[in-house]
Amino acid sequence: MLATTIQNIINALQWGSFYALIALGYTMVYGVLTLINFAHGDIFMVGAYIAFFVATFILSMLGLPGWIALALTIPLTMILTSAVGVSLERVAYRPLRRKGAHRLYVVITALMCGLILEHANLALLGASRKAFPALITEHVYTIGGVTFTNLKVAVIFTAILSFVILHWIVTKTKVGMAMRAISYDKFAVPLMGIPIDSIIVITFALGSGFAGLAGILFAMSYPVLEPYMGALIGWKAFIAAVVGGIGDIRGAFLGGFLLGAVEIMVVAFFPSTYRDLIAFTVLLVILSLKPTGLFGIAKTTKI
Amino acid sequence: MKKTIATALFSCSALLFAGSVLAADTIKIGYNIPMTGDIPKVGESSKFSAEMLKADINGAGGLEVGGKKYMLEFVYEDNEAKAESAVTTALKLIEKDEILAMIGPNSSKQAVPAGQVADDNRTVMVTPWSTNPDTTKDRPWVFRAAFLDPFQGPVAVNFAVKTFGAKTAAVLYDLSNDYSKGLAEIFRDVFEEKLGKGSVVAFESHGTKDQDFSAQLTKIISAKPDFIFVPDNYNQVALIVRQSHQLGYKGQFMGSDAWGSSELMTLCGDDCKGLYFSTHYAAAGAKGATKEFIDRYTAKYGYVPDDVAALTWDATNIVIKAIQDTGGLTGKLRKDRKAIRDAMSKIPSFEGVTGNMKFDEQGDPIKCAVVVRISDSGEFEFAESVCP
Repeated sequence: MLATTIQNIINALQWGSFYALIALGYTMVYGVLTLINFAHGDIFMVGAYIAFFVATFILSMLGLPGWIALALTIPLTMILTSAVGVSLERVAYRPLRRKGAHRLYVVITALMCGLILEHANLALLGASRKAFPALITEHVYTIGGVTFTNLKVAVIFTAILSFVILHWIVTKTKVGMAMRAISYDKFAVPLMGIPIDSIIVITFALGSGFAGLAGILFAMSYPVLEPYMGALIGWKAFIAAVVGGIGDIRGAFLGGFLLGAVEIMVVAFFPSTYRDLIAFTVLLVILSLKPTGLFGIAKTTKI
Repeated sequence: MKKTIATALFSCSALLFAGSVLAADTIKIGYNIPMTGDIPKVGESSKFSAEMLKADINGAGGLEVGGKKYMLEFVYEDNEAKAESAVTTALKLIEKDEILAMIGPNSSKQAVPAGQVADDNRTVMVTPWSTNPDTTKDRPWVFRAAFLDPFQGPVAVNFAVKTFGAKTAAVLYDLSNDYSKGLAEIFRDVFEEKLGKGSVVAFESHGTKDQDFSAQLTKIISAKPDFIFVPDNYNQVALIVRQSHQLGYKGQFMGSDAWGSSELMTLCGDDCKGLYFSTHYAAAGAKGATKEFIDRYTAKYGYVPDDVAALTWDATNIVIKAIQDTGGLTGKLRKDRKAIRDAMSKIPSFEGVTGNMKFDEQGDPIKCAVVVRISDSGEFEFAESVCP
């Protein structure tokens, strides 16, 4: 029983890591722009596909061993995925912002951008699934009835590390200070000489970069890629960000793990048929008790 | 002058008349298949197989029905592997494209609701791959080319008990898929009847879009079953088998016919080697007409046809035979569709590439199933054949 419980905790940590990494991107953009970037789940999907192409190219064309390929794939994918996120901001969101459009229109635009990414992928690459190449040899370790792999541990540690890095950027650096300043007052900040557009670009680059990282880890853990893979997990990560208190990095991180834990634990103790029913009822109860989420405080500093 | 105009008018109308006669000389068959969505390879196999058959018949000058030659025209529509899209696709084919008969949908998830539409609109539907009994039950216009789950379930149970010496089993199935859920329940009932109550130690489900199965598998593995029965689509099989190995499971799996896609091995790789599943035909080691079909398909499209390709070939051939049996088409849609339905139900037995089949009063064929083993080179090797 104890072994099974620990096993479930490890499963929950791994599954929650993906929610957490994606929720971080939602929450950062929301914190700066109060924009719910619904295309974020699909940016994650694009990240996984970029990782697929980069990894396949390095493995087959350059013939390098798996661990070098992985070491090259991670930064390349993160950079390319940030480029996708930034161009989305540049092409779709910034023109609307310039025209002073209401936030609602920007959110609808974000939804459409997500659909465009999905269907562009479907049109360009076709509907058949891609199998992600194995970059590292997976070792299965069993200690006292608890089984884990090197990949699972790596996923969990990467998620924690990403949180620490992002939290440091937001709380300790000048850029982070500017981000927080923008969320306080979008109109006074440019008067202080802060380039508001560059800060927004940096926010999108960071959020998308970590979605790309989530894409690589996801593709390595669940090596079947399809154009709609980001939709559901993106929605759920958004829920995680809201439950954690959207706009707050700690909230997104904990919300992600909370959602992962609730989903896994429900299956562990109840019939799996009721998983989503019970999982989302629990989240609904949390939200009705604390409508601004675990870390959200109404109308104060966000991010 | 007047005469020239009259001649011109006459020749014009003659041309128009000839045109309409030429246009009537085609037979339209609709394909309601998943070309995108969860199982795109299934739609592709169906389409490739139908294209090959069409090229054969049209290449030979068309299909002869009642002493007249008709060209075949196949209309392919994508149902996105969704139940609701399958319904709209069926309506579009029947009403807008004015097809004589419909092939597909392939999975029971789409075939069960689409069968209702075909039956209500009095159009013959033949599903190649659907194995759920509800697809054809009490629907005189709906037929199928595959065996049924109440037959497939016991095949899997008997094979596992004999080959693995299994005393206990676990089941993991897709809750939102009619096929998967139906087959899982049949399997559980048959297994418990054979080996006593409680011999199915875990009965777990997941959603269609799920990618993580670790919680269900942890539960299953801690119940220590002798094997796991997974009546799931090939894309999920790849993830389930891999994740169970990551959780330290070393035992056997038993699969169902939804495993048998040519894409299973690209997605699953080494993890799936050595596993067994029940299916409609075994490509490796086939003989006669089946071998000829496999060789031609492989030469044309570059991969071995999966069971959907073979069943689509059979389903289309059955419809074509029924059209020929009508003894002549009138050109009136309702009348011709009725004639095809009557001819379908009168076909005594049919020799297809997936074996011989006889239709019972529900429109279901009585035919054999095979169990295949995934070899170390990734081929589906014949292990056992079970006939009703």
